[in-house]
Formats: sequence, structure tokens, C-alpha cells
Amino acid sequence: MENLESLTSTALQAITEAQDITELDSLRVQYLGKKGSLTEQLKSLGKLPAEDRPKAGAAINQAKQEVQEAINARKLSLEQAATSAQLQREAIDISLPGRRRQAGALHPVTRTIDRIEDIFSAAGFVTVEGPEIEDEFHNFEALNIPEHHPARAMHDTFYFGDGTLLRTHTSNVQVRTMENSEPPFRFICPGRVYRCDSDLTHTPMFHQVEGVLVDENVSFADLKGLVQNFLSAFFEADLQARFRPSYFPFTEPSAEVDVQCVSCQGEGCRVCSHSGWLEVGGCGMIHPKVLEFSNVDAEKYTGYAFGMGVDRLAMLRYEIKDLRLMFENDLRFLQQFS
Amino acid sequence: MKFSENWLREWVNPDIATDKLVHQLTMAGLEVDGTEAAANSFSGVVVAEVQSVEKHPDADKLSVCQVSDGKETFQVVCGAPNVAAGLKVPFAKVGAILAEDFSIKKAKLRGVESNGMLCAAEELGLAEKSDGIMVLADDAPIGEDFRDYLQLDDTLIEVDLTPNRGDCLSIAGLAREVSVLNNSALNGPDFTSVKASIDETFPVELHSPEDCPRYLGRVIRNVNINASTPLWMQEKLRRSGIRSIEPAVDVTNYVMLELGQPMHAFDLDVLQGGIQVRRAARNEKLVLLDGREVELSADTLVIADHEKALAMAGVMGGEHSGVTSQTQNLFLESAFFNPLAIAGKARQYGMHTDASHRFERGVDYALAEKAIERATQLMLEILGGEAGPVIKAEENLPEAPEVSLRAERVSKILGVEVAVGDIETMLTGLGLELLEKGADSWRFRIPSWRFDIALEADLIEELARIYGYDNIPLAPISGAGALKPATETTVSLRKIRSRLNSLGYQEVINYSFVEPELEKRLAEGAGAAIALANPISSDMAVMRRNLWTGLLQTLKHNQNRQQNRVQVFESGMVFSNENGETRQQVMLGGLLWGSENPEQWGASTRNSDFYDMKGDVESILGLGNARGEFSFAVAEHPALQPGQSARILRMQQPVGWIGALKPQIQHDLDIPGKVFLFELALAGINASVTPRVTALSRYPSVRRDLAIMVDESLVFSELEGVLQEQGGEFLENIVLFDVYQGEKLEKGKKSLAIGLTFQHPSRTLNDDEINGIINSCIKALEAQFNAELR
Repeated sequence: MENLESLTSTALQAITEAQDITELDSLRVQYLGKKGSLTEQLKSLGKLPAEDRPKAGAAINQAKQEVQEAINARKLSLEQAATSAQLQREAIDISLPGRRRQAGALHPVTRTIDRIEDIFSAAGFVTVEGPEIEDEFHNFEALNIPEHHPARAMHDTFYFGDGTLLRTHTSNVQVRTMENSEPPFRFICPGRVYRCDSDLTHTPMFHQVEGVLVDENVSFADLKGLVQNFLSAFFEADLQARFRPSYFPFTEPSAEVDVQCVSCQGEGCRVCSHSGWLEVGGCGMIHPKVLEFSNVDAEKYTGYAFGMGVDRLAMLRYEIKDLRLMFENDLRFLQQFS
Repeated sequence: MKFSENWLREWVNPDIATDKLVHQLTMAGLEVDGTEAAANSFSGVVVAEVQSVEKHPDADKLSVCQVSDGKETFQVVCGAPNVAAGLKVPFAKVGAILAEDFSIKKAKLRGVESNGMLCAAEELGLAEKSDGIMVLADDAPIGEDFRDYLQLDDTLIEVDLTPNRGDCLSIAGLAREVSVLNNSALNGPDFTSVKASIDETFPVELHSPEDCPRYLGRVIRNVNINASTPLWMQEKLRRSGIRSIEPAVDVTNYVMLELGQPMHAFDLDVLQGGIQVRRAARNEKLVLLDGREVELSADTLVIADHEKALAMAGVMGGEHSGVTSQTQNLFLESAFFNPLAIAGKARQYGMHTDASHRFERGVDYALAEKAIERATQLMLEILGGEAGPVIKAEENLPEAPEVSLRAERVSKILGVEVAVGDIETMLTGLGLELLEKGADSWRFRIPSWRFDIALEADLIEELARIYGYDNIPLAPISGAGALKPATETTVSLRKIRSRLNSLGYQEVINYSFVEPELEKRLAEGAGAAIALANPISSDMAVMRRNLWTGLLQTLKHNQNRQQNRVQVFESGMVFSNENGETRQQVMLGGLLWGSENPEQWGASTRNSDFYDMKGDVESILGLGNARGEFSFAVAEHPALQPGQSARILRMQQPVGWIGALKPQIQHDLDIPGKVFLFELALAGINASVTPRVTALSRYPSVRRDLAIMVDESLVFSELEGVLQEQGGEFLENIVLFDVYQGEKLEKGKKSLAIGLTFQHPSRTLNDDEINGIINSCIKALEAQFNAELR
């Protein structure tokens, strides 16, 4: 039995000192395998007297169990150490910046047109488009601006010398849309427009969005309601709109639209030249002659049209102070709209 | 138009302050652009008389004056050359304040005491520049405060009138509006017609009565050539922004401002035979008042005598026949020209005058006689002389239109009920004559000064204006109608933009007109560039035929600002002329330059190449769920590098281009490193196929890889086509996972590693089947491309 005890203690010692799973496994084979030294002890039981065998057998089994448990414990401990070593090895600096492919952004004008489309589409307005090189009829005559009308002089038109021109407003799309389909109409047309004018507050190309609603019983009160509603929605603020009588040959009555200054809420500041108001567009009831030019029965149908400067709205919304930034395409400017 | 508030208030004087008046004008459609004080805010200046002038003992240019304010006499040293005994002058007493940091103190000038200052108009803010002290009228009341004397506590109001409101280009017209807006009485100036004191007339013939239906004239003889314009008139002109020139001209300008009738005064002695109002003869020449000689076009209306053109009707007089300081005998003109005859004429000759501004908007056709009477009265008062009778030539005078109005229409258009009585009051207040009154309707005659009222809608506009836009309610938005489809038959531009943003492209917006030279080098196709007739500058002179000119300019702009990678796109129209037809279509263009990724620790910093851009383009083409309809074909483009350019096709129809910018152009633009460009026609790529899902196979797929060696010139897509064909119906996917060229291979060869995946929808494919297909693929590749299996 002395032999068993020393064998056991040698095994336990070896297990404690085992450095990895492989070594541990060979110890298991060495002691507990089919030909392992403890297993061999059981085989030698036969040589003992019968009355001694149960006791000796129990002792051997006890020793085997002890060794097995030591192996299990050591295995667990080795595995835990391995796991924690792996974790340590694989630890990274999570503060390093993530790998990235820089995303682009929309130009603020496009972003603004998208917002305007979203706002109006909720009220059933569809978006329509039209040509930018236009004939005089659709840009002027059909909008009740005959040749030599003083209003033409105000348009600073770019001409091509063959009777065509660059549209000076998106109102040409109004005519084209109405002449090609039947009322009621409810649409907006955003796009580029051109005027031969360039200084600190004008670019020779800019963007407008025109809106039209024609139906039976459409009134100036409806127009006022819509424009007010749009401006509140666009600026996400409770800003009052003001309608000043004005003159456009294609609407009557006509109004310039001012909105309470987005910067000072009407108190008066540098942005609004201390007037409290900012001019953002024009509107009016569509002139009966314009409806007739587009083959719409002006007795049965009435309608309104409004036009707004997209660039201006974008500049107010995003506090763009310098108009020149708009079409210079400086990435340092554009990337601010990500 | 700029006017003096005081002058307006002589006509109509509502009990409202200036700011209220200004607001009221703006809200009535007569937009006030700004206001300014009529004079500097000085104080302590009175009207005084210079009693004596003596030379300063110690200074050549100074005088020592005795000046009286009616109560006391003051000694004042004055440096003005025009000071003289007997003059009435503005006198700043000791203690007067002329400006914030300029007050008058008792002083000694070269040893002589001076108690105050005689003022020049400039010093009081009444003129831009003065040559000496200001000389007042002989009857100026000595001792009166100078501000009161000239009514200098006045506001100048600038109204920016819309082109339909020519009737408000006068004090009379503005007063009419203010009177209606406030229900205040309207009082014009008192004057009576001048009786002729001589019989003399001058013949007037209307040769083009359509253009000039009314021409009134009058002879005034023996005017005083030494007369000068009275200060009150100079002041009114000044406050309206018109320079005083000399009395006869000042009177005509004054009447124009007061009543709205542009007038002209000729030197009678140079007129030959009589006045003819006619169209210009071809190539007829005329030297204008400003000294410029113009060659007239045949549609220009002129005032001529029997020899030649004297003036451009309604625009500007001629130099030859105009009044001068020596003119003794005048011929006054007061005419009505048809707006259509004058419209655009001034602009045609590069001019804009007060007269043309008014005539092209419409001048009251009933005003000419009143105006000539008013002008005669003022001429005689100021210049003296004898007036003949008014000469009248009239033919085809316009008739006042009559316009009906229905009450129901007013509420339908405005969305508010306006009381019937108010409708009548407002419209008659504006000068409309009520001709007939029905149960719910009216008929009005339109006054001769309103050229903008001819329809019912015009009357409703007038009502809205006077009723007040602010008093019209805000109505809620009404029904939006039926729901509209969210279409999947086209890919929206918005979706494409969003994808491009995700792929790293920044959107830009460039001008549609570009620099012609670069545009020309980059253009492709049959269309010619369309040039502007009046470009704003030479580098914005032609319409772009593709988006690349602008994108390259964007690249240059940013490259000059130290950007090391530029990845941008634009969507917009391009324009060309194809066989006389203007073609305009929406394109989508992109540019890629610089490193693949922004500089960072964990990603490649290699430069972007063709395949980076091609992958991006393929991503866009894939948005419509019809990627298979698109192909890339080797093709050459004037802007792109041969061998790195491709035409993009959809069902064999060209829809765009992709490639590297030609090295020569890149070099000329001074761009380091390669630039990649694409352009797609939106209409060519946006047709979309709605996904229809096929059932998923429950059986395993089988993949086989091939490595083959082919000539390096072989185009992969050809090889892919053969594999596609040979692979049969169960070939699910072909992936090219390696391309190798290098030392391990024979020169002129490349190795392609291709994975083929097969799957059957309803059973497992067996090895024999797969081997059969693979063998036929290899055989076909060997036969067609001389390919070798590696």
C-alpha cells in the first residue's frame, strides 16, 4: 500500500506541475490509461488474499478518483489560463478611428429641393419638370408678358439669337404642364433658372420652385393658407408670413411673400436689415389670360401659383452668408452638409 | 421714384405719421424701398441779409461782412467768392450745430472777429458740391429759421413701382392712392389756364396717329434769358432726385413730377416749317441731348420739323433743337404717345430716361392739356414772355374701357366677402366711374390714367389691394385627392443621388454655361455646342454638352485648396444642337481623383483607378434591378484615354461613358495623377424592373474553380460570354477571383482564376453532370481563345 501512496502523490505532483493540456493528457494515460500505473495496481489485486482485496481495491479506486479529479481541476485551470491569455493577446485599442470610406453629401440646394418636395407631396403636389432652353412663347407670351413689356426688361434674359432663351423662371413648366393635361392641377416644379446678372447678391444661375394649384373654387385665402403653412413647415418654426401687393404679369392679384426673420423672429437684426422680414418669393392667383393660353376654362377654374427662391431658402435655413459659396463647390463647404 | 413727403402732403394730408404712411404705401403695392431725411439735421441756421461786404485786411480771399437777422447785426468773416451786399443767405449763428462734431463758435480769422458762418448748400447737405454760399430768394423772410423756410423737416420716400403702376409716377398719382387708402380729401395745386396773349401758333401734323394720337404745342415768346429757377422749385426737384438745369427745362421736369406728364421744350427759332410726328426714315440720324449720335431704326417714332428729326419721341430731345441759356422763344410739347410705340425703344438705343420710363408704362392720355396749361403758367411766372394759344393735333384717341364686375367672382377669387358698398367706394375712389349697377354686379369706366385695368380680374386685384391683403383670411389646405402610386418602374434621381453619396461621391452644382475651349475638347457626339448671344463673361459662354467641364473645374478649385482626393458628382441638363434641333437631357456625371480612401491608419492609400469607378457605376446601374441589361464596350472618346475608356450600353443602346481623362488634357489642366470620369443619361438608365422573386433551391450548390492562361489582350467579357453559354441553365454564378500577369507566366499571357457555381432547383447535381459541363467549357475556351488550363 505504501507503493500506492507514493504513486498517488507522485501523480498528483506531476499533475500540478503539468504546463499544458497535452502534458496533462499524457499524465492521464500514464496513470489512468488501460496500462496506466494505477490501473495496473487493480490488476495486481488478484495476488492478495481474498479478505484483503475489498479494502485494497477501495483504496486503489479512491486513489484513481483523486488523480482523475486533480486532472480535471488542472485541465480547467489550464483552459481558463489559455482563454485569458487569448483575450489578452487579442485586446485592441478601441480608441483608434474606425476604418471608413468617406460618404458624400447632397448639395444644400438639392437638399432644400428634396425637403420642399417632401412637404408639398404630403399635400398631394406632384413634381414636374421642363426644359431650360425655352422659347419666348412659354417663357413670356403665354405668361402674359408680351414683347416690349417692361417686365421683360426686369428679367435680364440670356438669349441664343434664334428665338430661344434660357428660362428666367420655372413658370414655363406651369404653362407646359397645363397645356398638356386637364385640370385640376396640383404640382410643383423645381429647377435651375438663369438671369444675366452677377454681383454679391446675384448669380447668373439660381434655383426656383414653382407651385400651382388649379381647381374649382380656389381662392387667394387658400393661397395665403398654403404659403403660411409651407413656411412654418420649411423652417420648422412658428414664423408669420406677410403678403405684400405686387405685380407679376402672370398672376392677379399678386403678392410678394415675406417671412418673419428666421434669425431674430421679427425683432429686427442684421440678417433682415432691421426690418424683421425676409423676402422669400412671389405668388398670386393665376391670371385668367394665362389659364386661357393653356386652354383652361378660366370661368370654371381658378388657381394660384407661387414661386420661391430655393438658394435663398437654403441660405436662410443653413445660415450661408456668402452667395458665392453656392456654386464654387468647395468641398470644405459642401462636406458640412453630410 | 423718389418724392418728398411734404410735397405729397400738399395734395393729401392724412393724419398719420411717416412710418405709418410708408407701411401703408408698401402694403398697397407701392413698395417703399427706403427713406432719407431731406437735409442734414443742423440747427441754429436762419435766413439773413448781407448788409455790407469789405475786404479782409490781412487775407486776399476773405471778406468781412455785416449780416442782419432782422434784429441784430453780426460781423462774419466769409471766404465765398460770391458773397455780396443785399444777398439773402442761410446764416449759422454762434451756437448753431451743423453736424455732430461741427458747431459754430465765436472765432478770430486772421485777427478779425467772426460771429457765425454763411453757409454753402453743401454744408447743409442740400447739394453734393457748392461753389459758394447759398443764395436765397429776394423775398426770403429775414430772421426765419432756415429749416422752416425751406421746409427741410421732410422725408424723401423712394418707391419702387411695379411696371403696371405708371399712374403713380407723379405726386398727383401717389396722392390719389393715399387719398383712397385713408379716405382723405385730395387737393391739387390751384392754377388757372393761361389766356393767350399772342396769336402765334406753329403747325403740327400727326403722320403716325396710331403711335401719337395727341400732340399739344404752344409758342412762348420773349422769355427772360437771365431768369433763374426759384429755390422752392429747385428744392422740390432736388428732393425728387432731379438736378436743376435751367428754368425752362426745370419747369417741364417739375410738371412731369407733379402731374406725371413728360414734356419737352424746343428752341422755336431753330424749328423749320412745322412739327411732324412720324416714324424715322431708314438710316436717319439724330444727335441727342446727351451729345450722342444715333442712327434711327424705321420703327422709331420721332418729332421732326420739315427738315429733319428733332427728338426721339417720348425718350429724349435732340441737341440741335433743345433750349439753351440763350433761348428766347420756346415751343412747348405735351403729347400722348402710345405705350406700344415707346416700349423697348430707349433700351434699344441703350438709354433709360424719365420720359421713356413713364411713356412705356402709360401716361394719362387726358392729361396733356392740363399739363401744358400748368407748365405755361409756371413758365410765365418764372421766365416771363407771352404765350400763344394751345395748338392741338388729335386723332384716334384711346377710348376708356368699360369693365364689369360680379360680386360672386370677388368672393370666389379672394376667399372673403367684401361688402357691396365698400366695393363701390373703393373703386370709385380710385377714379373709376360707376356706369351701371345690377343686383350683384357693376359696370365701370376705367380712368384714362390706368393702363392696367381691362378685365374683371384687374378690378378684383384693385379691391384686394385697397381692402388689404392682411384682411384676407388664411384658409386651411383642402383635400389632396387620390393617393398616387409610389412607382417602381423608374429609379428616382433621389435614390441614385443617395447611392452615390453612400459610395463617397459629394454632390456639386456647376453653372450650365461653361468655358468654350475646354468644353470643346471634352465633347463627344454629333451635336454642336449652343452659344449664348449675350454671355455674362467669356468663360461662361456656351452651354455644356456634358458635365465634365464643370466637374474638372470643381476638381481644379479643390486641388488648389490642398484637397488630396476629390470624388464628386452632378446631375443636370446638358445641351446640344443636332441638325438645328435643340437637345436637352438630364445627365449624371462623376469624377474620381486621388487616393482611394481618405488618409487613415487601417486602409489602403493607393490611388483610385478605373475599376473603383466602374464598381461605383455598376452599383448605380444595379439600382433598377436590371444589371444584366447593361454592358461596357471598348470605345474611344475625345476626352478619354484610349485603352481606358468604355461606352456603356443598355440592351446595346449607348447610355453613357466611363474612362480615364486623356493624359494630354490632364497635363494641360495641370492635374497631377489620373482622373476618372463617368457620365450617364438619366433616361437611359432609370427604367427599373420590379423584383419578382424565384423560388430558392433546397439542394446543395457545387462550385468548381478553373485557372486558365490566355493572351493578355483577351477581353474578359468575351470569355465570360462563352462560359455563360457553355455553363447551361444550372450555372448560377461566375466569379473572377484572380487576374495574374507576371514573371511566372509566358510573356504576353495572363492567368485568370474563375469560380463557377452550379445549382439545380429540384435535385442534387451529380459529379458526372458537372464534369461534363466543365469539360465542354474548357474545350470551348481552348478552341476560341487558345486558352490553356493551368
